[in-house]
Amino acid sequence: MSANIATMAYIAAIILFILSLGGLSNPETSRRGNLYGIIGMTIAVLATVFGPRVTTAGLPWIVGSLAVGGSVGLYAARKVQMTQMPELVAIMHSLVGLAACLVGYASYVDTSTTFPTEAEKTIHEVEIYLGILIGAITFSGSVIAFGKLSGKIGGKPMLLPARHWLNLAGLLGVIWFGAAFLQAHHIDAGMVPLAVMTAIALLFGIHMVMAIGGADMPVVVSMLNSYSGWAAAATGFMLSNDLLIVTGALVGSSGAILSYIMCRAMNRNFLSVIAGGFGTGEGAAPAAGGAQPAGEVTAISAAETAELLRDAKSVIIVPGYGMAVAQAQHTVYEITKLLRERSVSVRFGIHPVAGRMPGHMNVLLAEAKVPYDIVFEMDELNDDFPTTDVSMVIGANDIVNPAAEDDPTSPIAGMPVLQVWKAKTSIVMKRSMASGYAGVDNPLFYKENNRMLFGDAKKMLDEVLVALKG
Amino acid sequence: MPLTIGVPRETFAGEKRVATVPEVVEKLVKLGFAVCVETGAGDAANFGDDAYQAAGARIAGSAADLMGGSDIVFKVRAPSPAEIALMKSGSTLVSFIWPAQNPELMQQLADRKLTVLAIDSLPRQLSRVQKMDALTSMASISGYRAVIEAANAFGRFFNGQVTAAGKIPPAKVFIAGAGVAGLAAIGTAANLGAIVRANDTRAEVADQVVSLGGEFVKVDYEEEGSGGGGYAKVMSEGFQAAQREMYAQQARDADIIITTALIPGKPAPRLITAEMVKSMKPGSVIVDMAGEQGGNCELTVPGEAVVRHGVTIIGYTDLVSRLAKQSSTLYSTNLLRVTEELCKTKDGVINVNMEDDAIRGLTVIKEGGITWPPPPPKLPAVAPQAKPAAAPATPAKKSGHGHGAGEPASGKSVVAIFGAGALLFGLVGAFAPASFLAHFTVFVLACFIGNMVIWNVKPALHTPLMSVTNAISSIIAVGALIQVAPPLGEATEGRPALLILGLAVVALTLTAVNMFGGFAVTRRMLAMFRK
Repeated sequence: MSANIATMAYIAAIILFILSLGGLSNPETSRRGNLYGIIGMTIAVLATVFGPRVTTAGLPWIVGSLAVGGSVGLYAARKVQMTQMPELVAIMHSLVGLAACLVGYASYVDTSTTFPTEAEKTIHEVEIYLGILIGAITFSGSVIAFGKLSGKIGGKPMLLPARHWLNLAGLLGVIWFGAAFLQAHHIDAGMVPLAVMTAIALLFGIHMVMAIGGADMPVVVSMLNSYSGWAAAATGFMLSNDLLIVTGALVGSSGAILSYIMCRAMNRNFLSVIAGGFGTGEGAAPAAGGAQPAGEVTAISAAETAELLRDAKSVIIVPGYGMAVAQAQHTVYEITKLLRERSVSVRFGIHPVAGRMPGHMNVLLAEAKVPYDIVFEMDELNDDFPTTDVSMVIGANDIVNPAAEDDPTSPIAGMPVLQVWKAKTSIVMKRSMASGYAGVDNPLFYKENNRMLFGDAKKMLDEVLVALKG
Repeated sequence: MPLTIGVPRETFAGEKRVATVPEVVEKLVKLGFAVCVETGAGDAANFGDDAYQAAGARIAGSAADLMGGSDIVFKVRAPSPAEIALMKSGSTLVSFIWPAQNPELMQQLADRKLTVLAIDSLPRQLSRVQKMDALTSMASISGYRAVIEAANAFGRFFNGQVTAAGKIPPAKVFIAGAGVAGLAAIGTAANLGAIVRANDTRAEVADQVVSLGGEFVKVDYEEEGSGGGGYAKVMSEGFQAAQREMYAQQARDADIIITTALIPGKPAPRLITAEMVKSMKPGSVIVDMAGEQGGNCELTVPGEAVVRHGVTIIGYTDLVSRLAKQSSTLYSTNLLRVTEELCKTKDGVINVNMEDDAIRGLTVIKEGGITWPPPPPKLPAVAPQAKPAAAPATPAKKSGHGHGAGEPASGKSVVAIFGAGALLFGLVGAFAPASFLAHFTVFVLACFIGNMVIWNVKPALHTPLMSVTNAISSIIAVGALIQVAPPLGEATEGRPALLILGLAVVALTLTAVNMFGGFAVTRRMLAMFRK
């Protein structure tokens, strides 16, 4: 296959990738979108393997690697629970990051590439340096994110005393060694600054994600998604490969936009999320001074909940991370089905940051076979709460906290929230009175029309289901 | 030692309610109290003795037997002198009292060394007391019943219909006073299909009237009509003249008038004159809910339904009792909430905590000493409105996910971004070689395409988006592929071929995990999305 045909194949792959992302604009076209992605990837790999830059000597290695990696990937994809999607995505990001690092090192030690001018050599080295930098941050950050999401590492933010200074020192170190790296005339001489920089980048990635609290995980996951794209783009520059550049840029901007959407949904500045420490430090002081919700909560039993649901004409269910933890989505759907058969209008209200990654709740509900046309975004149904009889909050807290609207001193003030308290009755299912990840008390629980259903979401919902059937 | 709550039979003529229903007995028992009910107490409200017994109450044979053994007495109506005499000295009474109107009763209760909680003295401006607010629950029942009485006396349908037998116009209902009772009446009448108009001197209730399906009729005169604590006040002469004009007009037009206007501690305002009654169509109905306080209509006979000038004027004072089962249930729930406040320890012992604003307001006599009226509540007075006003304005709605960023960036930051961009591009252009520029062009354009495409993705599909972009980012495999076995030219010496091969193979394996796993899991996820 000639170089020109390979380039044409790359263009086809690029177009297919763009169509793939475009297809996701709608659930109906999304399956086709995924197929486009698969075809695009196949074309890209085949065009490379049979293109001018790979000799037949490499074939056994390539086939072997793809077979090993592919089977691991397919196995993981089959086995993963939908509630574990955030972990899977995070660990996959780390693989991209690590691969970018390895390709960067391999490219650096490769003496076969020659450059006509000194400027091009310098640019090539800058590209290698940046590619490894981003790759390393993505790698270590994603590993930590994986640990946090799967509960292997505690969800609380770890805040080092001088964390901003540490980050700044790291950045200066990276620049300093970058300069040293470019000065190096010999590969062995350049290896030391490169290795030191990689170490700094790895530590930086760890530190960055460790400092971020559980509720900010959607931002982190989408940010790492973005980084893995930029790492691919940097590799593309390094190897002068437009396919990598375009694809990396697509993925990078996708992740960046998701991060932006998540930040906006929490009314938070991107930088302050990355700087870490939500609901602690600066945030807690005004909260303590602010009005503490007074009054008492009214508990309710599963049977009474069923009673309320049965008498309701319209119900909005607001799921949160608690539903994912308790694996309660199937029971939720059973209840939904039963209520819909009795011509109760049941809808789902999804907050953009509910769960641990963007769209997490939608996937869980889809897994439980909840039809997607009764699943709505916050903006779509927030005005409908006043005409709703019962709003049921399952394992969510901060995203339904009225303090975000009423209390300007609250750490989550200004964050858009689902106004469940405007329904005639709201029911909150929770294990206990503990506050959410933001560490903010929730005045919703003390509202006159609010009822608390304490206990494990799955168990309580099962009881509600039995009571509804009975 | 758990206390005994006694529930006597109401002795007031025509009173059918009972202060505690079996359902609430159970909950009181759970709070640790013993409950004793006088035989036949719930009969008029369709709660038999056996139901009380099943709920855990003891049945007392007579009022004397019951009162003598009770530490706490729950009643609906204020006790008669005979009943007071039966009560244990030092015991506690919870019932309607109306201390302002009944100074003699207060003295008798105080002489008996009782502690009295007057459910009508609840400080209603505290939002947390809503659950104890028996005035509200009773008023909404009487509002409902007023419409039912009107419908009963009215000779036509409420809702307009077109039938084979001809067209029926909807009934026109006018409701004077949009307090709790008035609002309940508006909602009930509107649900029956009538055209409902309502008026209130407090202009701020207009929204509530509209929300229940009524139309708010304004008086053509500017004056603020809110008294304290959600009640109306007496209005000026000029206003009253304008109001009379409006009522006269409504009387000519309406089929049914329901009046609910009350001013605390004063006789009910005369809203409907004999003239207005005369001007109404024959067969019309007036329900005067202020009958007990003299009536809003000049021709009302309290406690009776009379026909004057062809108009049925209903002045029943026992509307609540006419729905005895419902009102007993709600009233006893209100009392249960009061009890919960008194007995936070759930051990069957009450603590009349005078530090608590709600309890302080309720308690009109404490151990024989009259404590009414209470000092103004310590909390900053909420704006004097019947109900909390509409929730604070929600933050301006963010624009949906259109193209580009959600909020328009401020002018300054746009200039800054473009400035920085121009500078960056300038620097790159000045120093970078042509080959780099070609790649750079591609990169920038790709970022823009990405931006355009991604904003169209539905938030519901954000997780599949992440997993598919994750799969696509394994395109980095191409980088590894070309390092595995490149066609080498002459510059091979010193090339650590084995090391490069190793790194590339590992990288390729890692990306393969991503590539296959990412697409497979996306496929699995998307297959689940269904209508």
